[in-house]
Amino acid sequence: MLVESKRSKQKPVQVSKWIAENKSSKKSILLLEKSIPYFLFFIAMISILTTVGIVLVLVTETYEFFTRVSFLEFFTGKVLRPLSQNPEFGILPLINGTIISSVIALLVAGPIGIMTAVYLSEYASDRVRRVLKPMLELLAGIPTIVYGFFAFTFVTPLLREFIPGLGATNILSPGIVMGIMIIPMIASLSEDAMSAVPNAMREGALALGATKLEVTFRVIIPAALSGIIASFVLGASRAIGETMIVTIASGSSKNFTFDLTQSMQTMTAYIVEVSGGDAPTGSTIYYSLYAVAMTLFCFTLLMNIIARYVSRRFREEY
Amino acid sequence: MHSVISVKALNKKIVTSSEKSQQESLIENPIVFETDDLNLWYSDTQALKNIQLPIYEKNVTAIIGPSGCGKSTYLKTLNRMVELVPGVQTSGTIKYRGKNILDKSFKVEELRTQVGMVFQKPNPFPKSIYDNIAYGPKIHGIRNKKILDEIVEQSLRGAYIWDEVKDRLKQNAYGLSGGQQQRLCIARCLAIEPDVILMDEPTSALDPKSTLKVEELIQELKKEYSIVIVTHNMQQAARISDYTAFMLNGELVEFTDTNTLFSMPKDKRTEDYITGRFG
Repeated sequence: MLVESKRSKQKPVQVSKWIAENKSSKKSILLLEKSIPYFLFFIAMISILTTVGIVLVLVTETYEFFTRVSFLEFFTGKVLRPLSQNPEFGILPLINGTIISSVIALLVAGPIGIMTAVYLSEYASDRVRRVLKPMLELLAGIPTIVYGFFAFTFVTPLLREFIPGLGATNILSPGIVMGIMIIPMIASLSEDAMSAVPNAMREGALALGATKLEVTFRVIIPAALSGIIASFVLGASRAIGETMIVTIASGSSKNFTFDLTQSMQTMTAYIVEVSGGDAPTGSTIYYSLYAVAMTLFCFTLLMNIIARYVSRRFREEY
Repeated sequence: MHSVISVKALNKKIVTSSEKSQQESLIENPIVFETDDLNLWYSDTQALKNIQLPIYEKNVTAIIGPSGCGKSTYLKTLNRMVELVPGVQTSGTIKYRGKNILDKSFKVEELRTQVGMVFQKPNPFPKSIYDNIAYGPKIHGIRNKKILDEIVEQSLRGAYIWDEVKDRLKQNAYGLSGGQQQRLCIARCLAIEPDVILMDEPTSALDPKSTLKVEELIQELKKEYSIVIVTHNMQQAARISDYTAFMLNGELVEFTDTNTLFSMPKDKRTEDYITGRFG
């Protein structure tokens, strides 16, 4: 006791002394404080400059491509024959394949993802949620090559039991598997958005005699809509940019068709095929890579712009 | 200080009406809620102990008491919102118009349609003013646009907020001031024509001017609705209620008409509380 009271008497003196002694080092700290913003700015610029660089390369090489193939032919051509004697470069089959596979993926992932999110945020007990959510997010960590393999060796044969005409490579199976792949993303982000809706909203609705389902669908989901839409768009972007699954399970036929049992090629899979093959630098087929990549880039950019607009439009402030 | 003044004011009132006539009025009013031997536990902690309390029709019943005395818990038991807390257990009965609401066969949605609630913090939905009011009628099956329009106007008028919002029904409810939001929440509650309205410290988040408006509104509402209000503010209870219950540590210490409770409390603890000795 005695010792303690002694210490507490001495303490104030010691602290101020200590601060005074350390003041000498303050100058270097000040310098560090001042230089840190510049340093961090430089670090931040790395990713920005890289992006700008990539876009610049895309633009110049795409421009080169369009000096050889007309803009109109590229965007309206239904035939893609880059390796034939008289090659044709119509991107429509690739756009078609990309959109179809992404739409299938969203049709699978959308409802399942939302329902999973509803269960986790509104119905599951804390304990269940604490176990399930990390498991779900783990699913997002599976390499896409595994999903591709899974689509090719498991889902396609399974689907063939029901759809006899299904090709060994087809767009349906990778579409479904891509959907499975983006379920965790949609579920997890939507769950975040729904959990962020204040409990007071639930109480307010319940106190009016609403059932849990009515609270969920008429209060929680509308209130979380901007987050849910954002999760959909992110999922769609992911599906559009997905490469391995479609490359493996959808083959490389450049069909322009709406028949889901057929093999189709997406923009990403085309880039894999051509850059994996021997496209001599400077050839038209080499430049077509950049034109397709540019189109892909515009697609995802457009998605992001739509997402921003839509989520702002539907935002319910609380 | 304030409580002394209000008690004095109440004493004046009492001169006009004898204690006997008050006793009679106690018996005359039909009972909406009859609470009998209610106990409630949050897991291991007992929050309500042997509560015995009637709620009278078309009167304002105030529940006062220090923080943590169980007054909000009791209020939330009346529409079973207390069940949202995991691990809640109850014993005893609360009869709403003769039926025990604590019975699991009593449909909770039906109960809450009859027993509306206004919360401590205004909690409008992040929707338009119109949709906030129309939400309740819609979930109870009213789809007709004309009828909904009428309900919205009638409810907003009932909560004395119509004139302030009639030109911006389609705007988001969060653009309203706190006091307006609270009256909007009361209007939302009125839209399904409840029998009883529970209010959980409805003015504690409001400024004095908005508080006054809500208090005036409560005076109007009691002509048609039975109101139970939990309040931290003894003056408020004295101003607006007909009956007052004083709770302490999960027990109901005293329940009688407001005038008597504030002028001649029977229990020493009630007296100490209303004269500001603790709480």
